[in-house]
Amino acid sequence: MLKSQDLSSRILSFSLRLAGIFAAQENCFQYLQQGELLPTLFGEAGPLGGAAWTAPTVRSGWVQGLRTLARHPSALRFLAACGAVDTIFSLQGDSSLFVASAAGQLLVHVLDLAMRGPAEGRRGPRARDWPACAQKIVCHIEDSLCSAATPQVTQALNVLTTVFGHCRGLWTQGLWVRLSPLVARLLEKDPVPASHSLVDLLLSVARSSVLSSDRGLWETLAQTLSHLSPTQAGPLALGILKLQDCPQALRTQAFGILLQPLACVLEAAAQAPGTPGLLEGAAGDSMTVDTLLSSKSACVGLLCCALAHLGLLQPLPQRPSPWPQVPLLGAVVTILRLCSGSAAPTSDVGGRLCAILVGCGRVQRAALDFLGALSQGTGPQELVTQVFSILLEYLMSPESSSMVLKKAFQATLRWLLSSSKTPGCCDLDPHTQQFLRELLPVLQKRLCSPCWEVRDSGLEFLTQMTRQWGGRTGFRQALLASEVPELTRQLLRDPESYVRASAVTATGQLSGWGLRATPASPERPGAQQESLLGELLHILSTDSEGFPRRAAMQVCTEWLRDGRADVAEDPERFVAGVLQAASRDLDWEVRAQGLELALVFLEQLLGQRGSRCPYSVGLPETAPPGVLAQALQVLCRVQLFEFAFRALFDCDRPVAQKSCDLLLFLRAKAASCGSLQEAGDSPSVASVEATLQRWQAGEQGQPLGYLEPGAIVAVLRSVDLEGLRDTLAESSDHVEKSPQSLLQDVLAAVGVLGENEADCY
Amino acid sequence: MKLYCLSGHPTLPCNVLKFKSTTIMLDCGLDMTSTLNFLPLPLVQSPRLSNLPGWSLKDGNAFLDKELKECSGHVFVDSVPEFCLPETELIDLSTVDVILISNYHCMMALPYITEHTGFTGTVYATEPTVQIGRLLMEELVNFIERVPKAQSASLWKNKDIQRLLPSPLKDAVEVSTWRRCYTMQEVNSALSKIQLVGYSQKIELFGAVQVTPLSSGYALGSSNWIIQSHYEKVSYVSGSSLLTTHPQPMDQASLKNSDVLILTGLTQIPTANPDGMVGEFCSNLALTVRNGGNVLVPCYPSGVIYDLLECLYQYIDSAGLSSIPFYFISPVANSSLEFSQIFAEWLCHNKQTKVYLPEPPFPHAELIQTNKLKHYPSIHGDFSNDFRQPCVVFTGHPSLRFGDVVHFMELWGKSSLNTVIFTEPDFSYLEALAPYQPLAMKCIYCPIDTRLNFIQVSKLLKEVQPLHVVCPEQYAQPPPAQSHRMDLMIDCQPPAMSYRRAEVLALPFKRRYEKIEIMPELADSLVPMEIKPGVSLATVSAVLHTKDNKHVLQPPPRPAQPTGGKKRKRASDDIPDCKVLKPLLSGSIPVEQFVQTLEKSTHHPPVPFLLEQHGFSDIKVEDTAKGHIVLLQEAETLIQIEEDSTHIICDNDEMLRTIRILHILLSSKLKTPVCLK
Repeated sequence: MLKSQDLSSRILSFSLRLAGIFAAQENCFQYLQQGELLPTLFGEAGPLGGAAWTAPTVRSGWVQGLRTLARHPSALRFLAACGAVDTIFSLQGDSSLFVASAAGQLLVHVLDLAMRGPAEGRRGPRARDWPACAQKIVCHIEDSLCSAATPQVTQALNVLTTVFGHCRGLWTQGLWVRLSPLVARLLEKDPVPASHSLVDLLLSVARSSVLSSDRGLWETLAQTLSHLSPTQAGPLALGILKLQDCPQALRTQAFGILLQPLACVLEAAAQAPGTPGLLEGAAGDSMTVDTLLSSKSACVGLLCCALAHLGLLQPLPQRPSPWPQVPLLGAVVTILRLCSGSAAPTSDVGGRLCAILVGCGRVQRAALDFLGALSQGTGPQELVTQVFSILLEYLMSPESSSMVLKKAFQATLRWLLSSSKTPGCCDLDPHTQQFLRELLPVLQKRLCSPCWEVRDSGLEFLTQMTRQWGGRTGFRQALLASEVPELTRQLLRDPESYVRASAVTATGQLSGWGLRATPASPERPGAQQESLLGELLHILSTDSEGFPRRAAMQVCTEWLRDGRADVAEDPERFVAGVLQAASRDLDWEVRAQGLELALVFLEQLLGQRGSRCPYSVGLPETAPPGVLAQALQVLCRVQLFEFAFRALFDCDRPVAQKSCDLLLFLRAKAASCGSLQEAGDSPSVASVEATLQRWQAGEQGQPLGYLEPGAIVAVLRSVDLEGLRDTLAESSDHVEKSPQSLLQDVLAAVGVLGENEADCY
Repeated sequence: MKLYCLSGHPTLPCNVLKFKSTTIMLDCGLDMTSTLNFLPLPLVQSPRLSNLPGWSLKDGNAFLDKELKECSGHVFVDSVPEFCLPETELIDLSTVDVILISNYHCMMALPYITEHTGFTGTVYATEPTVQIGRLLMEELVNFIERVPKAQSASLWKNKDIQRLLPSPLKDAVEVSTWRRCYTMQEVNSALSKIQLVGYSQKIELFGAVQVTPLSSGYALGSSNWIIQSHYEKVSYVSGSSLLTTHPQPMDQASLKNSDVLILTGLTQIPTANPDGMVGEFCSNLALTVRNGGNVLVPCYPSGVIYDLLECLYQYIDSAGLSSIPFYFISPVANSSLEFSQIFAEWLCHNKQTKVYLPEPPFPHAELIQTNKLKHYPSIHGDFSNDFRQPCVVFTGHPSLRFGDVVHFMELWGKSSLNTVIFTEPDFSYLEALAPYQPLAMKCIYCPIDTRLNFIQVSKLLKEVQPLHVVCPEQYAQPPPAQSHRMDLMIDCQPPAMSYRRAEVLALPFKRRYEKIEIMPELADSLVPMEIKPGVSLATVSAVLHTKDNKHVLQPPPRPAQPTGGKKRKRASDDIPDCKVLKPLLSGSIPVEQFVQTLEKSTHHPPVPFLLEQHGFSDIKVEDTAKGHIVLLQEAETLIQIEEDSTHIICDNDEMLRTIRILHILLSSKLKTPVCLK
């Protein structure tokens, strides 16, 4: 085939990879070697250098073929003999990012393979004992590290990062000893080349168990921290602080880097000199100040990174201790004030920062996220008051964009919840109560916003808050005194489906806690609720979008589960109505949620399912025969079986699986009660089975009709539910994964890869 | 080039530009904030307003109590409201050749200028500007004339008395020049002097300059102006917007390469983003109406109201407000709504395309059709029959001093269910509300100003790169209340020149070139000599003819045929023979050679009267930073040679010597003009 002139690049690429797979076995490799096939494919006689080589897919196939092939010493010798290593070096700079990346990984793989043999078990063999192949690769890396061209340095650093990240051999120690001076020399250049890759490498080395005890490494890290610009040093500092064990001095230095931008902001905005800052004596670091003031993008970039890094660090157990919660809170509040224009700094730096940051949505979002994260800690009451007041300012400001508002709502929720955690106190403290009084009018206004994203975040906030505080008197009183419940109710008819969905969830949550829009009239206590239920059913059956219907289904399920009074009055009617709406729904999530509701109903009728833990041995709980018969009657009346059997053959697998589980549960319950009269041979059973078969074949037009409980039990026994469950448990492409179609699969994959010839992320 | 600044209001400018013998007035805005010092004019008798106590001095002297009334600690003039006119004394306004109008808000002082100053020139404006400007003037005249007020207060204007008054009356500027509103007759007469122009139309002014209106994106027909001669370009940017609202987008490209850019009419609320404010407007409106309250929106009859109605059109259904009536009450409401639909060519592209569908460009047509929006000329008549509450009322005037809005303030002010939402940024809402205190109704301030903010200005200036920027003083520093907000000022290099009311600014650029045409026959006679590759020179002898600011070089007149004897022929009458090639003077002076020539004793045939010549002795040459100084000590003469000039400084009055030196100089290569001192 290889001799064919017009061989397509995809076939060639496939051949290269296939040969690699075969040659991964040493005996197979020998066999192929005898036929001189491998040099023809991978050597200079092959596609290398030919016209086919211009296709990225061929180069990719070549690299991947070698990657699979290189598993035994014979392969190493082959690589050396055919000069493949040099080609891999050149492919590191390939125009296709996929090829370049794969070439880098192949290099690491080859190095690891070469070193594993001789160095296994021994502590770092001397350099001259290293195999020739490894020597060659290391020399290449050394040359690249010394190169003046940044791409070369980046390639070398990336290869080393992979080496230290994936190879656990002791030889890596020797490699680091040999290369670390070259790495350190990079720091002497200004600007430091390939700083991102350098940071990745150093962190990879530091995380490597083989090397983390190296003292020189900590020195290099410290040096790097001080050489890199504040923006470049941020990720390294965060990485260092995440390390399990590293010297305290280095941790302090790294933390200082992260705090630096915030310290500068704090100092620049301080009204009076001598205000306690974040960092003793280092607040005025000129490099950070220069970066902050150099341009808007630099300032925004640095602050956002610092805030994001600190936000990631905050919840970690290994975060620096003591954690400067108070100055951090102060700094983030200051940043938010600078962004909103409400800060009035007196210093020059402060004035310029204000001009840069005012109205900057990116910094506002990052700062609000971090402020939310800081809610896990505490602060002096004065500062907490400031936090709430800046949050309120953002929530009120017409200038806040919808994304900023969303973040502000999230941060507010976190602070509200954390502030009410006071042990032993079941109601809200006066500060929170006061804040709520100011917050609710704002929420009211936001629920009327012409921007749907704002209405949506407002509703989400309300839902979350009600979920947590629905039982607290203070919250209930404040909420009921406002128009929020009524507005929420009105948003059920919002033109935007996401808002309708959020309104459904929020209304469900509010009504769950008895927080109705207006007090129901004494004559008809359930009137309000009834109409809400009607509204939900209306949404379920008529809403053109899936999201509100899914939300409505969830609310119905929750109501049934919680046994809410009005639902409990006539659960049969309720379930029948909901299932009827769900059965016609085109959205599979609504149908799946309908099955969830059916299951809840079943459990209420027949008792809980056994333990959900798959490893526990649960004895099926038996229901008294009378109860079962009655329950089956009810289930027949609400047409649960029709719904469940239809779902069993649903084209969406999760729905079918859920239905299968439900029916299995029911069968188990029925089995435990043998006295139920079965109607195994009655004509109705036969017709049901016939209908089910048609349904399975895709003809779902015919209804099941009314069923007798006896017929149900018979049908349940006759259908191979276990078999069906197993089939459904298979992945959706199990047919394609059968051995017969393996080759087709591979070819299909090649086809797909061929389409991805252009680089894309 | 000079700029006379007649208005101190940055968004209601009135400047006069003197440029190349033309006098151009740029806008004539009328500062109506003066009316805030007056009591409102109620349409229906208001017992509250008519029973306000008179104001008396601290010592109990009550001689002003007929003119000044007190309301909740504020003092108001009980008289017909008066307006603060642009300066009329700084420059003789009868000399103004043309007035360029940039938008309908900036022409409200036009009748005062055209009818009372001896103005005889032409006014240029676009058609929508004129039509909507007429509506605004008509509304204003109507609002004031339909509530005739017998009293006209003038005592308080006495300087000695004004000093004794409380703020803000005490600090009001130039109250003696404040004038009552013009009449409809004056309006018509003023508007008759307007000549309509279209965007990018070039209008020649006396052959000296060309003016061109460009779309400014702010309002229907709003324009910026380019004023240019052959070698100079002045851009006048007034009230521009980069937001996508109803008007045609702003033409920025044509503003490039200006020598001077005069920048006025930026947003009055730089900290408020119009989108956020529209959101605020809608939310507050919905909240009020849902609670059964009424919403009052004091507004002008044109402009932002079109965009607000469009937003509401999209919003009311989603907010469940479909059943709430919207009323638009103005003497010109009908015309305004109709005009907006017929100026399709002045609208943004999106709205223009609707006309071809065919659909009305603005959705308020549909609101009117479906009876959701109703308009009335006044609260009297049909409105009182149709009036249904809760409702939303759009009506003027935004100052709350006259118009139907006064009635609604009196009617709804007592209930906290109602809300007044301020959307026009021209008046301080607190001052506007002062005569209605105490007030129970809610007040929301959502100023919607779509004009450029400072970030947009900064981008615009980077884009068009003018050599100099001139702006009102308010834009050259942060607002006084937010002195730390360095972002709220114009930041450009070189720093913007600022002006204030009654200031005359010499614009920082000199005219260096003038275009002169050469008649074809004269051009034909020229014989250029190439002095270096690509540069040719020729000497020209011609007559410079200047008429209507156009300069033409004509061939010199043929000499009259000698009628008498040869005696009458004189050397000066000789026509220079252009075709004889003479050495052209150009290039730098080779100093050494020049000195050597000076030292030599020579005879110069072209200067026949210098019979005997001795060379100069005692010559010293000094090198300076810019060239050389040649000192002829004996002759007490100094020759300063620089790259672009040569001076012969000779105190001795012997001109011959100078002529000698000059001759030697000229016989060297000479590049630059020579001055004799």
